[in-house]
Amino acid sequence: MLRYILKRLISLGLSLIAASVLIFVAIEIIPGDAAAYMLGINASPEAVAALREQIGLNQSDFTRYFDWATGMLRGDFGISYTYRVPVADMISNRLWVSLPLAMYALFLSTLIAFPIGIIAASKRGSVADWMVMGGTQLGVAIPNFWFAMLMVQLLAIKYQFFTAGGFPGWDNFWLGMKALTLPAFVLALPQASILARVMRSALLDTLTEDFMRTARAKGRTRRGALVHHALRNAMIPVLTIIGLQFSFLLAGAIIIEKIFFLPGLGSLILTAISQRDLIVVESVVMLLVFAVIVVTFVVDITYALVDPRLRRRV
Amino acid sequence: MIKAAFKMPGFTIGFILAMTFVLAALVSFFWTPFPTDIVDVPNKFQLPNRVNWLGTDHLGRDIFSMLMVGARTSIAVAVVAVGIGMGLGVPLGLAAAARKGSLLDEVIMRGNDLVFAFPALLIAILITAVFGPSAVNAIIAIGIFNIPVFARLSRGAALSLWTRDFVLSARVAGKGAVRISAEHILPNILNLLIVQGTIQFSLGILAEAALSYIGLGAQPPIPSWGRMLADSQTMASFAPHLALFPGAAIVLTVLGLNLMGDALRDLFDPKIRRGRE
Repeated sequence: MLRYILKRLISLGLSLIAASVLIFVAIEIIPGDAAAYMLGINASPEAVAALREQIGLNQSDFTRYFDWATGMLRGDFGISYTYRVPVADMISNRLWVSLPLAMYALFLSTLIAFPIGIIAASKRGSVADWMVMGGTQLGVAIPNFWFAMLMVQLLAIKYQFFTAGGFPGWDNFWLGMKALTLPAFVLALPQASILARVMRSALLDTLTEDFMRTARAKGRTRRGALVHHALRNAMIPVLTIIGLQFSFLLAGAIIIEKIFFLPGLGSLILTAISQRDLIVVESVVMLLVFAVIVVTFVVDITYALVDPRLRRRV
Repeated sequence: MIKAAFKMPGFTIGFILAMTFVLAALVSFFWTPFPTDIVDVPNKFQLPNRVNWLGTDHLGRDIFSMLMVGARTSIAVAVVAVGIGMGLGVPLGLAAAARKGSLLDEVIMRGNDLVFAFPALLIAILITAVFGPSAVNAIIAIGIFNIPVFARLSRGAALSLWTRDFVLSARVAGKGAVRISAEHILPNILNLLIVQGTIQFSLGILAEAALSYIGLGAQPPIPSWGRMLADSQTMASFAPHLALFPGAAIVLTVLGLNLMGDALRDLFDPKIRRGRE
């Protein structure tokens, strides 16, 4: 097991390095002069040269990458071109909105999907199953930002159950959670639909296994066998999807944050793009990719814990 | 095969839905009820009526016509993006399978993992941060996202085919890896590719709408469902039909494609078909 984790850790490190090189090359090397962008087309060449010197654009690409990458390891993401404040501070403020939002959505998605998937699988072919399959089909097809717009119109503006947007901060935990509830629900819906379908089909796959017959033979009820034996075996595909979904939720939050005027990473990155604050774009993208890679790693390790068969294979 | 497909209600419904929008897009090249590039402000915010079937927007443009032209953008972006994904992903996957365990295989698979770490939206953000927002950049972003999807799928499917007898006999007959992949492997994984293609197509439509919605996709004056929704957002409280119709168009198209994809998957996979009956 230790060997397996070590192997995965090395490939985790390599992925992170590769991803950071890719992002750096895409943003820093291909386009023109960041200093010229920042100062606009009317800037004097001297001003551009001075700014280049100040933000370190004069060094070689390799040095700049090295500084950026090692800086991130120390928590130093550089200085925003536009606001002249440390990017790390900008990000950490926003992270306290985006991360809870994604986790809240993941929680809701699991909370909705598990019972629905289990019911559909245990009553296969029933009306309940058909409704679940139809409903989830719709849940996948509805763009969540559109659903968010409708929900804001209906629940926030017409009936005023929720605030239409904005975020009061975490000073009052419950107010913060209330502001995130509708966004998290909207974000969770398509993911919950996918998860419920995966849960259902994974359960159905295990139902035909021999150990299920054994469980029934030794006196387990249908439901008992499902919950105690099938569920554990169905967890592998379900965990994969949950892991994948975390990255979709983080990225999807970029759009949902815009609709609900939440001060998260999404609004940060969209403003940064329009202001050509490339160092912010670069850092936020790296952070999100970091999150995806680390979550994938954690999921892989969890597999190995849940299913000893997988440890030998790698 | 086609007859069997239409016997499945899911496929028929999906086909009708999807074809409606493809037809709308095609017809829009020759005819729309009203021109979409002419502003008619006095006629703005009309509710659905006999003249403007789905009403008019804040500039007095006919929403039905806008939806028809918008279908063009959605479909074009999704088709090209899936084309990029298949065109690059399938050869990569087949090559990796043909040289299983080699350095090439390793490089391709690790490259896939790397791209997978970038959700489509992040790729789009990177590209637009560099080159500025446009429909073409949206296509590239969604296309890149599709490459590892098809590469993984075709590698996995091809690997199991390489152990089969008919491949062995082709090798004995002296065919090289490229010819075997093209003549024997590819036709056998076509079913899988069609199913995945349908699903990626619907994901592409969703992604295009999302990108255009946040302003990273199609730019004015190109009509796009996502941008229509973005435009409608501030007016949704007094003109909800502006938000309702483009959203419904997206839902119905995506739903149609997904229904088709699911039905085709069942059709191509006898094991599932028996299981569901």
